[in-house]
Order: sequence, then C-alpha cells, then structure tokens
Amino acid sequence: MNATLLRMRGLVRKEIKQILRDPSAILIAFLLPVVLLVVNGFGISLDAREMKLAVVIEAPEETARGMLQALDASPYLSVQRALSRHDGEAAMVRGDVRGMLVLGEDFSQRASRPASWPAKAQLLVNATDPNTARILEGYVGGALQVWLAGVTTERRLTSAGGVALQYRDWFNAELRSADFIVPGIIAMVMTMTGTLLTALIVAREWERGTMESMLASPARMAELIAAKLGCYFALGMASMAGSVLLAIALFGLPYRGGVLPLAAAAALFLVFALGLGLFISTLARNQFVASQLAFLTTMMPAMMLSGMLFDITAMPHWLQLVTYAVPARYLVAILQTLFLAGDVWAVVLPNLAGLAVAAVLAVGATLAVTRRRLD
Amino acid sequence: MLRRILALIVKELAGLWKDGKTRFVILVPPLVQVAIFAYAASYDVTHVRLGVWNDDAGAQSAELVRRFTASPAFDAVASFGSPAAARDALDAKRVAVVLHLPQDFSADLLAGRTAQAQLLLDARRSNSALLAQGYAATIVGSFAQDLHPGRNPPLVLLTRDWFNPTLESTWFILPGLVCVLSLIMSLLISALSLARERELGTFEQLLVTPLRPAEILVGKALPGIIVGLINANIVLLAALLWFRLPFRGDLLLLEAMLLLYTLSGVGIGLALSSFARTQQQAMLGVFVVASPMIVLSGYAAPIENMPHLAELASRADPVRYMLVIARGLFLQDMPAGVVLAQAWPMVLIAAVALAVAGIAVRRALS
Amino acid sequence: MSEPGAAPFAPVSMTPSAAPAVAPVVAIETLRYVFPGTPPRVALDGVSAAIQPGAITGLVGPDGAGKTTLLRLMAGLLRPAGGRVVVLGHDMATDAAAAHPAIGYMPQRFGLYEDLSVAENLDLFADLHAMAPALRAERVARLLRFTGLAPFTARLAGQLSGGMKQKLGLACALLSRPRLLLLDEPSVGVDPASRRELWAIVTAMLEEGRADGMAVVWATAYLDEAARCASVLLLHEGRLLAQGPPAVFLAPLGGRVFRLDVAAQGRRAVARQAASHPAVLDAQVAGDALRIVLREGAVMPDASALGGIALRPVAPRFEDGFVALLAPPAGAAPPPQHTAPVAAKGRDGSTDAITVADLVRRFGTFTAVDHVSFTVRRGEIFGLLGPNGAGKSTIFRMLCGLLRPSGGQARVAGADLMRAPADARARIGYMAQRFSLYAELSVRENLRFFARVYGLGRAAQGRAIEAALADFELVDTASSVAGTLPLGLKQRLALAAALLHGPDILFLDEPTSGVDPLTRREFWTRIGALADAGVTILVTSHFMDEAEYCDRLGIVSQGRLAAVDTPAALRARVRSAELPEPTLEDAFIALVQPP
Repeated sequence: MNATLLRMRGLVRKEIKQILRDPSAILIAFLLPVVLLVVNGFGISLDAREMKLAVVIEAPEETARGMLQALDASPYLSVQRALSRHDGEAAMVRGDVRGMLVLGEDFSQRASRPASWPAKAQLLVNATDPNTARILEGYVGGALQVWLAGVTTERRLTSAGGVALQYRDWFNAELRSADFIVPGIIAMVMTMTGTLLTALIVAREWERGTMESMLASPARMAELIAAKLGCYFALGMASMAGSVLLAIALFGLPYRGGVLPLAAAAALFLVFALGLGLFISTLARNQFVASQLAFLTTMMPAMMLSGMLFDITAMPHWLQLVTYAVPARYLVAILQTLFLAGDVWAVVLPNLAGLAVAAVLAVGATLAVTRRRLD
Repeated sequence: MLRRILALIVKELAGLWKDGKTRFVILVPPLVQVAIFAYAASYDVTHVRLGVWNDDAGAQSAELVRRFTASPAFDAVASFGSPAAARDALDAKRVAVVLHLPQDFSADLLAGRTAQAQLLLDARRSNSALLAQGYAATIVGSFAQDLHPGRNPPLVLLTRDWFNPTLESTWFILPGLVCVLSLIMSLLISALSLARERELGTFEQLLVTPLRPAEILVGKALPGIIVGLINANIVLLAALLWFRLPFRGDLLLLEAMLLLYTLSGVGIGLALSSFARTQQQAMLGVFVVASPMIVLSGYAAPIENMPHLAELASRADPVRYMLVIARGLFLQDMPAGVVLAQAWPMVLIAAVALAVAGIAVRRALS
Repeated sequence: MSEPGAAPFAPVSMTPSAAPAVAPVVAIETLRYVFPGTPPRVALDGVSAAIQPGAITGLVGPDGAGKTTLLRLMAGLLRPAGGRVVVLGHDMATDAAAAHPAIGYMPQRFGLYEDLSVAENLDLFADLHAMAPALRAERVARLLRFTGLAPFTARLAGQLSGGMKQKLGLACALLSRPRLLLLDEPSVGVDPASRRELWAIVTAMLEEGRADGMAVVWATAYLDEAARCASVLLLHEGRLLAQGPPAVFLAPLGGRVFRLDVAAQGRRAVARQAASHPAVLDAQVAGDALRIVLREGAVMPDASALGGIALRPVAPRFEDGFVALLAPPAGAAPPPQHTAPVAAKGRDGSTDAITVADLVRRFGTFTAVDHVSFTVRRGEIFGLLGPNGAGKSTIFRMLCGLLRPSGGQARVAGADLMRAPADARARIGYMAQRFSLYAELSVRENLRFFARVYGLGRAAQGRAIEAALADFELVDTASSVAGTLPLGLKQRLALAAALLHGPDILFLDEPTSGVDPLTRREFWTRIGALADAGVTILVTSHFMDEAEYCDRLGIVSQGRLAAVDTPAALRARVRSAELPEPTLEDAFIALVQPP
C-alpha cells in the first residue's frame, strides 16, 4: 500500500476511535442539535395566537356584543371584557393584555345607520413589541372586517366599486413561521456544532502534546488536517441529516428540494465551519477568549445576520453588506428554498458559490496558521 | 472574613483585566453586538422587492401601482407580462411580492363593479409576508376610499400604539440586549472561573487556605456580577445616548433588578462550573444552557406564541423576568409593584442555583 | 544574553576523544533560535555539536536552558533563526520531511492518545511510518515484550500508570527502528524502578540498532542518568557550556570532593556553616554525612573549621561537575538567611506535629490507604516515599484536609483539618506539585492575594510581602507576571506564598519534580533552614536525592507503610556482601518489592 494511504488510514482510524470513545464529540454532534432544534423550533414562533385583547364597551348593546363574538371567534385573539378604560389600561401596563379595544357610547348607534357612518372604535396597543403590535392590529382589523361583512350583509353593495385584494401566499400557505425559522435553526445548529467539534476537540490535541509527536512523524500537516476534517466532516454530515429528518418529523416541514443540492450545501458549509473551528482553536490559547470568539463568530451572526429570523432586506445598507461575510446567510437561503420551494437553481447556485468561497477561505486560513504553530 | 473575600474578588478581577485579550473580549464584543444587532434585529418590513404584473392598461391600475411604488414599504424592482415570469422571479427571490392586476381592473372600477387584484407573496418568510399583506391592504384600502371621496366607510379603527408610537424595532431589541449580553458574560465568567482553578490546580491551593466554601462562592460570584453589570450598563448607555431610547422608569430600580438578575446568571454559571472538570466542559455547558435561556425568554419571539411546555420551561429562565422588567422600565414606567412581581422568581432561581454550586464546592472537599 | 567573553562561567574546553570515523547522525552548526514575542527571547545561540551514532548523548542543563528547544529543532518542529541542523544529511529547516521517517521523537508529555489503547497507539505509529504488516507484527510484539506492556495491550493509554505511559511513549518512538531517537525528559515523574527499566530498554534498543548507526539524544534533569551517557551536552542559558564524555566533566574535580562526617544532630546547620566557608563551593547533606566540593585551587580546610568531625576524599560524581560548572562564582551572595518564624511548642503542648492513626481511605472497593499510622515530630522533615500509585498522595491529601478519610484519624497541629474551623488551616502551608499560583497575576499580586486570604492585617501584609520578596530574591521580578517566570523562580514564589503567613507545618507535594539540581539544592537549603527554625515539613517524593534531605522517611507501598526510619537506617537494612555501600535507591527498590 502507498505510504500516504497507509498514513491516512492510520489517522482516520485513530479519529474514528476517538470520536466513538469521547462522549463530548457525540454530544456536540447529536445531542446539541436535538436540544437546539427542539428548543429553538418551539421557542421561536412568530405565529401569534390567542393574543389577549381587552374590550371596553361603554354602551353594551346588541351590535357591540355581536362584534365581541366576532372578535372572540378569531383564533388569533383571546378577548376579555374590561369594565372601564381605566381597568383596561391597568391590565395593559401589567402586561396582562396586549391591547385594548374601546367602543364608545355611540358606537352601536352610529354603526347601525349608514347616515351616521363612520362608527369609530379605538384600539390601544402595547407597542413595546412592535412586531406583535402590528400583527395584533392586523388581526383586529381583519376580525372587524369579518364582523362588518356579516352585520351589513344587506349593505354589502356599499363596498362595490372598491377593490377586492386577494392574497396568494406561496410556498407557505398557512404562514407558519416554523417553516422558515426551522431551516434557519438547522443552519445555526450546523454553525455551532461544526465550529465546536473542531475548536474544542482539536484544542485538546495541542494541550495534551499529541500534536507535537504527530508533527515529528512522517505524516504531513495536510494529511493531519485532512484526516481530522474528514472524520468530523462525516460526523457533521450525519448530524446534518439527523437535523433535517428531525425537522420534517417534529415540525411537519415539507421538503421540496432534491438531496443533491442539500448535500452540496451542507458539505461546503461544514468545511467552512470545521475550518473556522480549527482556526479559532489554533489562534486563541485562552479558553475564555476562544469561547467568546466562538460565540461571537458563530451563534450570534448565524442567528441575527443570516436572514434566519430577521429579513436582510429590511436592514440598513451597510449591514446588508456585512451579511455577505456571514456564510450562514447562504446556507439559510438555500435551506429555506429547498425546504419550501424546491430546487430553484437561481437561488441555490449563487449561494453555493458563496459557501464555496467561505470554505476555501476557512481552510486556507487554517493551513496558513497551523503550519507555523510550534514556532 | 471580608478581607478574605475581597482578596478573592480583587484577584479575579485583576486576572480578567490583566490579559489584553480577555479585556478586549469583555469590552468590545458587547459594543459590536449592540451596533449590529440593534440594526439587524428588526421584524420591520421595508423596501420589500415588488414585482408588478399589470395586464391592465387603464388609468386606475396605473394609479394603484404608483401608490405601491410610492410607499416606503415597497420597492418596485421588476415588471412582468406573464405568469411564468412572475413565478420565476418569486422562485429565485428576485422579488418577494408580486402585485397582479388583471386586464379588466380599470374597466370594473369604472363600471362600479368590485375590481379584483391579487397579491402573490413569497411566504418562505411568513412574518414578512404577513406584514406585507397588511401594508398592501392599507394601500388598497385608501385607494378604494379615494375612489369615492364623498362616502364614509362604515367603521374607522383609530389605532394608538402605546409606549412605542412609531413602532421602532430598536426600542424593543435594545432593552433585550441589555439582558442578553450581560447574561452571556456573567455566565461565562462564573462558569469558567471554578473550572479554571480546578484545571490549573489552584483550586486545591484555595481549599487549604482558611477560605470557607461559602466565601469561595461569594468571591467567585461577585466578579461575574460586576462584569455583567458593567456590560449591561455599556448597552444601557449606548441605548440612551446613541439610539436615543426613552427611559421612562426608575433607573435605580432597573439597576437593582439587574443586580438580582446577574446574581441568578452567576448562580447558574457557578452551578455549571461546579460540575465541570475542565474549562472546556464548562464552556460547552454555557453553550448548551445559554441558547435555550435566550430563546425561551421571549427575547426573539413572544412567550405567548410558544407551546405550553416551552412556556412552562421559560418560567425557570431568569431572562424572561428581566426582559419584562427592562422593557417595562425603558418604555412604560412600569410601577414598582409590577416589577417586584417579576423579581421574586429571579431570587428563587438565584437561590437554587447558588445552593447547588455551594453543595458542589463543599463536596469537592470529600 | 551576554557576550562570550563576559560569560559568567568559564567555558570548559574539552578535546573530543579521537575524531570519529563515521559521520555524525546530527550535525548542529552555530544554531540560533529566538522565541517570538515582545520582547523576543533568545532560546539558543551559537550552539554547535555533533551527535554520534551508536551512543546515548545526554542533554543536560538548568530549566529554561534550551533543552526542549534544541530537541524540537532536531525534530524539525521549529525553524532556526540562524545556523542549521542537519539530520542524516537533511537540513531540517528545508527538508524535515525527508528525515522524519528516520526519527523517533518522544515529547515531554509522551504524545500518547489517552483514549486509544496500548495496541491502538502502537498501530497508529506503525501506520504513520507506513510499516509493512510482517515487520510491524514482529516489531510490536518485540517492543511489547520488552516494555512489559504485553499484558495490557487492550488497556487505554489514559489508564496506564505514569511509568507505563512512559514506556508506551518510548515504544511508539522506537517502533520504526529510528536512526535518531529524541527523548525529552522521559523519566520525569517516574519512580526509580521504572527509571531503571526505561534506561535498560533504551540501551538494549541502541545495541540492536548499532549496526544501523542509531543515535539517541536523552534530555534529562537526573544527573545520574547523564553520568551514564557516552557523551553529554551541557546547555546553560541557550549556550552550549560544555560537551564531552562525563569523565571530562569530572577531571577538574580531582582531589576536590570530600565526605565530611558530622554529628547525628544538626547536620543541616553544619551544611550551612560549611557552605559559607570561602574554600567550599558546595556542601550538601548526603545521608548521615556531608558532601563537600572545594573551590578550584582552594586549600582543604580543617574538618572542625567546617563544623564536622572528619574529612575524607571521595570520588567526584557527575552532579559535582555540573554544580562546579554552573554554581555562582566566589563572592556571590550566599542563599539568604531565613527569617522564618520560630514555632515553639505546639499550642497543645505536644511535641508531635502530625499524628496519623489507622488511617484508611477507600475508593469504591479499592483500598488506596490501608491502616497507616505514624507521627511526625515538631521541626522534623518527614518524607513519604513510594512508587507511583502507592497511596502516598492519598495520605498527603487527607492530611491537608483535601480528602475525607474512610477511617482512622489524622491530626495536624492538634486538629483534624477536615472538621476543624477554617482558622486551623491558617496554621499550615501547602505547596502543590504543579506550579499552582495564578499565572496571569504578578509576583507581588500573588503574594498579596495569599496574604489577604490568610487574613493578615494591612500592615502585616506589607511587612510579610517585602520580607518574602527579599528572602526569596524576588525583588527584581516583583512586578513580572508569574506565568512567564522560569521554573526555578516560580517554585521560589510558590514557597514564598506558602510561607507568607508563618505556618507551623509545611506540606510539600513532590516539590522539585523535574527541577534541575541547582534549583533543587537551593530549595532544600531553604527547607532545611525552615526545619531548623522549628517548622515541621511533610514532603512526598520519589526523588532519592530529595529523600536524603529528610530526617525520617515513610516508605509507602501498595497502600501500606512498608517502613518508617531515617535514611541511614533504611540503607543499613539492605546492606549486604554484594552491596556494601547501598544507595537509598537500592533500599527503596528492595523495600517496595512485593515479598
């Protein structure tokens, strides 16, 4: 057998045995993704439901009561009566309700006669969370429209000459936030596991002095790195596959793309993440600094700047430019497309190119740093 | 006894401050994160890439398209003549929304019929799609209203957004960052501190000194609290001075609550640390614990949206309570009674975590 | 780094024995290496040497002299800043890969994978050297037999004892029949029996590889090992101070080494007195007598002038040569007189500082300490000696209050440290095996921390710290960061910190493991002075030289106390016709051997 092959075989066998015997590798590759997927998948939901709304009806009459029922019928709202504005406001300050709808004394009177239109209702919203506030406003408005349509069936013509706007929500007809967040979480999980696998485990090789005897052996640096990356790569791919299956099984996500683009994206991304981990572990000798670096370069950007949760197009322009330096961005775009839309090559290919650049940079940086390590 | 604890605290802080890299890591990342996240963490939808698929040549449709284009919410970036082109653009994410106006749109309006319009949305991002729907509905609504200037609508909903009238995302995110960044720092410092002494062998040196286990614990806890508070205040200052957030509550009350909060964070960190043999294990522990703590706190998404079990789990999360307090004190002058109702769970969490850490330190002696 | 002319030590010129006919395995030419950093530190400068085949070349020198750096340069792990290293014709700066197949390298921490088994570690190295299956099987079997590891092939390397790890590391380095074997302090932290085995394996393998022209470089802090090498390189502060066969180091010592018989009591005081005599270069306690090395050209003084009874010449040892080369020249300040607190009688009026009765400690079903009893008198230096894993550390930790006994009693200064209030711990000092002060703090900050932790008042703190800095010659380095100090200074700092509060009893856990002889004797001079001032010292060790300094020794073997006696009495126990002058090491090996 060729000497290089023999050496690689030895190194790969060593890595596999170490992985199998060291619980922390399995922990990082399999337990951490499950925990993160479950916690984040269930924890980060933008699907508002049963938002608590206080309703103050100052002149309770048939019309107003009907409206109350209409609001209550909405799955997104949970309506509770408040006796007075004062009570409602107090509940809002306490955080017991998200908002308060006030129907004034003359509401039903004005609503029932077209001559006295418009009837005025006041909606007060606790806007400390602006996103939820907007969604609440949308749902209350929607529920009122439904009520209006029901109550004024005979006057439906009044809206004639208007515009009926129809929505077609493609790729995610039910507008479930999990459908776009979970692929994002997979990207975040892969960033963390990939980086941690090498950052923490390779650091140990330096600490225990085994790297020194490897470097003095006939094995080449490139062989050492290849064997290491190769094994953790396989582990990472397995972890990735597990995450995708879990996402489908647990959150009922569709998967509309092919296996090949998924594998390609995962592979490139893993090479990047593993390389980054190697790089960090080589550079930072202080573990406190290393941990902060890992946190700073992996989890936070993957969560905030990848487009997983927050829309990149809504960010200021300079920050949009920054996101191009976050490889998770490319992975998120690919994953969201593969899960929800299918093999849209116009999305997949440019983002794969982005991932490839990131992978090359990470491995290149690692090789550059590692060669000089003992000096 | 005080002198012994003080010695430990001074030593810990000096150790953190002496190392240039550590000093850097304590001070700079919070600022960078504030800058990036305050701008990034926004669910706002602006400049949505709009594609126009207008099959109608009339004036009304042109006016509606003009109104869309003029709105800050939408940027018209493409126009299509065929469904296939529109579909491709949506698929490839070149546009996020397509406004489709059929051939007879203007004619229907002129004839007094209800005109049909269609909005095709890329709902891969459901939240953005939902908000884009809302903006579109508003634009279409006012367009329809203006078609009949004399006629009153049956119902007007007057909306007032309390505490954050212009719905600024930064007002929401920054108080959250005050909590999250100081949590990460106090967790890390305390989790690594005991593990570090154990790994370097200085822990035994400490154990043979007259320091009692409780004193060691206090001496290890305070530096984490101090650095956590410094971090929280860095973000606080940035929020007030740079991002011009209002602060409507009692600043002293906030600081007192932050103290409690970092105490609970440090307690959890020390508890983690007492189980870790090495710094590496402690660090992994922080990773595994911090992420759910942040997610379940309601920092990124409201707790009400979570499944019941996740909501239950969030009750053991000090960040959840501190978030309510921070947002409440920043934006709405939350009364002290409401604040205190959020405070006692943090006290409970801190007590349990510190007790666990204390037992573990004591066990190290046998 | 000073200029050659201004070197504090006179360079020893050593004519190499007849120029060898064969080419050297390693040729080192005016080698220079600089540690990067601010400021850069010169690690090696102007080192030229040749490593000859068929022999073991010893690499000795004080800590920080550059031994490890030189080995790493020979292994091609570092790039020289100047000069070159040529191994088997390959320049290691440019062509290390070509030489690697012929090099076996064992770094200081063995370089073993602890989560792989013995067989798997060997397999890995065989793969790395691309060994053919047949050759591999034969070689592995042979090395396993030789190292005695054959019964443990399935055991994980992490679960081996220290000595076995060392042997496995050696086996891995020897696997490919290297032509150059580089060993970096292979015998640190190993008990004497294992050290002997290690030496035997290497010499046997060298014999086997003699035909191939195999060469061995053995870096060591043990000078008895260096004395057995065919040739020795002595490094000091990055320079090659001397090289040649050990005999060359001894030549200038002819007629300068004596044994001074002294009274049974107070030999340490006599040693101090003798050391301050202008004619004496070195005076060390050696068993029940003193070993005296005279300065060059000095006239032998009278025995009584040195405080002893009789002087008789003895043969110089390698260590004497080492000390003679490196010891400070005449006129340099002698070790400072210690201002240790004089502990009178114990607070309970007893003369026993430590009493241990029927002490037992079990870990699960394993009994690590099995009914051990002994007492240590006030002002005594008591050593616990034993092979790795015999239980001496467990006893030690129970005495310090770090471990709860499963049975029996351990009273220290009249109190049980496990149950006593924290203040009782203020009466003991503790110095751990590894440097366990805070590496990121300065010397002064470390001292201040311990002063405060031990509850010294503000004024007392200042006094104690200044006194400690002066006593331990740390004034110049007071504001240096502790982690960057050389090992010898670190150790002084650790001792200073342990003594800051004036403890009655001092616990030392393998205090000079891996430390060079000069630092070691300076350390023990201080300890001796402390003991004479009334401080009780309990020390664990497997260093026989350290054991010689002890007043009494407890030999621990398999959880039991095999013997408690003075060093002289222990030696007497194994004296026989074949062994008329047994060393303590002989006694130790005889006593711990299972009957």
